[in-house]
Amino acid sequence: MSLFKRLFTAIRSGSVSPDEWEQLRGTLISSDLGANLVDEVIEQAKSMKADDAVLSITKLVSSWLSDKSRALKKEHDRLTTILIVGVNGTGKTTSTAKIATKLINDGNKVLLAAADTFRAAATEQLQTWAERIKTPVVTGEANSDPASVAFNAVTKAKAEDFQYLIIDTAGRLHNKQDLMDELGKVVRVTNKHSQVDEVLLVIDATTGQNGINQAKVFIDAVGVTGFIITKLDGSAKGGVALAIEKQTGLPIKFVGTGEGVLDLSPFDSTAYIQGLFN
Amino acid sequence: MFEALGQRFSSIFSGLRGKVSESDLKTFTSQIKNALLESDVSLSVADSFSNRIYEKAVERSEEINKSINPAQKIFEIVNLELTQILGGESRRVRYAKTSPTVILLIGLQGAGKTTLAGKLANYLKADGNTPLLVAADLQRPNAVTQLQVVGNSVNVPVFAPEPGNGVGDPVSVAKLSLNFAKDKLHNFVIIDTAGRTGIDEELMQQLNSIKATVNPNETFFVVDSMIGQNAVVTAQAFLAGVGFDAVVLTKLDGDARGGAALSIVEVTKKPIIFASTGEKINDFDLFYPDRMASRILGMGDIASLAESAKRAIPEEASKKLEDKFNKGEEFTFEDFLSQLEAMKNMGSISKLLGLLPNAVGLKKQLNNFDDTELVRTRAIIESMTPLERSNPKVLNGSRRARISRGSGRAISEINSLVERFAQAQKVMKQMRGGNMPAGLGSLPGMGQPVKPKQQEQSFKKKSRSGNPAKRALEEGN
Ligand SMILES: Nc1nc2c(ncn2[C@@H]2O[C@H](COP(=O)(O)OP(=O)(O)OP(=O)(O)O)[C@@H](O)[C@H]2O)c(=O)[nH]1
Ligand SMILES: [Mg+2]
Repeated sequence: MSLFKRLFTAIRSGSVSPDEWEQLRGTLISSDLGANLVDEVIEQAKSMKADDAVLSITKLVSSWLSDKSRALKKEHDRLTTILIVGVNGTGKTTSTAKIATKLINDGNKVLLAAADTFRAAATEQLQTWAERIKTPVVTGEANSDPASVAFNAVTKAKAEDFQYLIIDTAGRLHNKQDLMDELGKVVRVTNKHSQVDEVLLVIDATTGQNGINQAKVFIDAVGVTGFIITKLDGSAKGGVALAIEKQTGLPIKFVGTGEGVLDLSPFDSTAYIQGLFN
Repeated sequence: MFEALGQRFSSIFSGLRGKVSESDLKTFTSQIKNALLESDVSLSVADSFSNRIYEKAVERSEEINKSINPAQKIFEIVNLELTQILGGESRRVRYAKTSPTVILLIGLQGAGKTTLAGKLANYLKADGNTPLLVAADLQRPNAVTQLQVVGNSVNVPVFAPEPGNGVGDPVSVAKLSLNFAKDKLHNFVIIDTAGRTGIDEELMQQLNSIKATVNPNETFFVVDSMIGQNAVVTAQAFLAGVGFDAVVLTKLDGDARGGAALSIVEVTKKPIIFASTGEKINDFDLFYPDRMASRILGMGDIASLAESAKRAIPEEASKKLEDKFNKGEEFTFEDFLSQLEAMKNMGSISKLLGLLPNAVGLKKQLNNFDDTELVRTRAIIESMTPLERSNPKVLNGSRRARISRGSGRAISEINSLVERFAQAQKVMKQMRGGNMPAGLGSLPGMGQPVKPKQQEQSFKKKSRSGNPAKRALEEGN
């Protein structure tokens, strides 16, 4: 039996030992929910009526989730543009390919833009994905202005009636102002020609409490509309994502569960929350 | 959240005035534990570490209570313990008895192995070695190309007989690379491998085969400093599944507290050997335990601060400030103003202030500091007499009223400026070494690169290699 169930059986019978509370606290902390939120859960759980404790705790935690739509936006009368952003190595390029695959399978015409002109072979990496999923990609010279790659891509997407444009960007640490400004420019330049509809921040499930900082700064800089949590196929629970949803009110739109293009799922809050307690 | 941490530490210490009772120590250690958790130290390690602090503090309670500043004494204990754990086993790269020395890089996806491979090659090369890079990540699309580009940029050859992108066997590439290296007289072989999760048994097995085939002199576990509680599970999985000799922390140029460093060292008993601090090839450094300790504790990192300040504050301003420091002169309103102006120019103000101990409030205020405010601040300061500019204590009500009339700013604005200045002055005083929280060292001058002594010492340990070249890798820097 999972700890979650064991505990709530114990709550029901009114006999949770201090040890068991510590165990629950430990489990939740190990999932990267953050000590403050964990204590909030425990405090509330302790004061709950035994009968409906399971329900109440699930409700409490669910109430922290964003109530915004988790579906990817789709504009019917014009190009829909998605910008993929995040710190280094979280899985942006892979997620770009995964989302493209999903959209193509839904019958859309999708253009990719390799706006990571900085990291070695980042463009080639996206090109390889584009070949594999058989969709075109706009690229630029190494170290050229990423905003100009985005501009070229938007121009092409509009001229050739693509339904979606997905722009992959270079990884950047949120505390580097110049790099955040560079990203702001990508958004501004793109917006001039076609509205950026989604800005998805890719967060690695192994990230600790720093994820909250990442989210805040990227939201301020480029108006993030949702999150992708990657690498949930590993042993990390990605609890910081819940803390992030609670603090920002923005939804997790997808989760990444592997290195293949099909390893992308919509966010399932029930499964996710259960995972945190296990 | 991290500001809250800094605040918590400030309050922990200010709460410890006068005689420290056992129950004070209990409260203190539980706060330490929470602070460590907020810094992503794993639960079990935070537990055992704070318990150890408690025991040490109890042991030394007499000494603590006798000292003029008990809080500082306790902080010393915490900081020392942390620095010792982090740095206890620091060492240099081990050379093979017969060349080449083989270094294997392993870790999770996206940890930064490929970039690190290039940096390491560059670092070794600068020290007179002839490294070879080996492209054994045949999984991630264009990982091979990436390593080739990186190798090219540092003029280090890359052994890449397989195209990758799912084609080729990493075990045989690794094997072939050794013959190639011997043939071409490379004295170092750095093998980049594909990232994998700790729970993927098949891929862990593959890594094991690589390791068994090349029998590396060093296996480095490369880990992202932003990693959370999973650090321990992952490090244990790699240790048990493959085994490694040392840890490399990456992305330390970010603002993560990096508590995982403590967790990993505690649990695996393996030392951290290098730090990767940026995307450029030279953003690579030895691991400095004392810097990491202050970082985890959220107490700021004076050495890094001095280095950033050196880069960011214009020459002239920093020279002036340095002179003042050296002469032990008072930090004045004028310095405050010129500092604000300098800082305003440098963009990285938050980062810089994030490194300052106890600068939480100051940081917030400076973040909200816009250009018009700079103009207003200047007006206020210019309405002060020289005495007032160097000594905020004389600013009584009537003086403030006069300054308010002179500058055309409200009294409340004058008050808040004075308060802000007092805070800055306090920080500066601490930085001069006087009331500095122990263990953070003093600031020898913002104009010079700072090399805290402790850091150098930790690398002056005896060589374990039989390398006749005697060129201590660590001194290359
Ligand atoms: N196990 C697992 N690995 C993933 C997932 N998503 C991405 N990865 C892997 O993580 C590594 C980094 O992925 P990338 O897509 O290159 O990450 P990125 O954010 O584009 O990296 P940079 O552009 O260098 O900042 C690769 O090895 C991917 O295969 C996931 O959901 N699960
Ligand atoms: Mg990428």
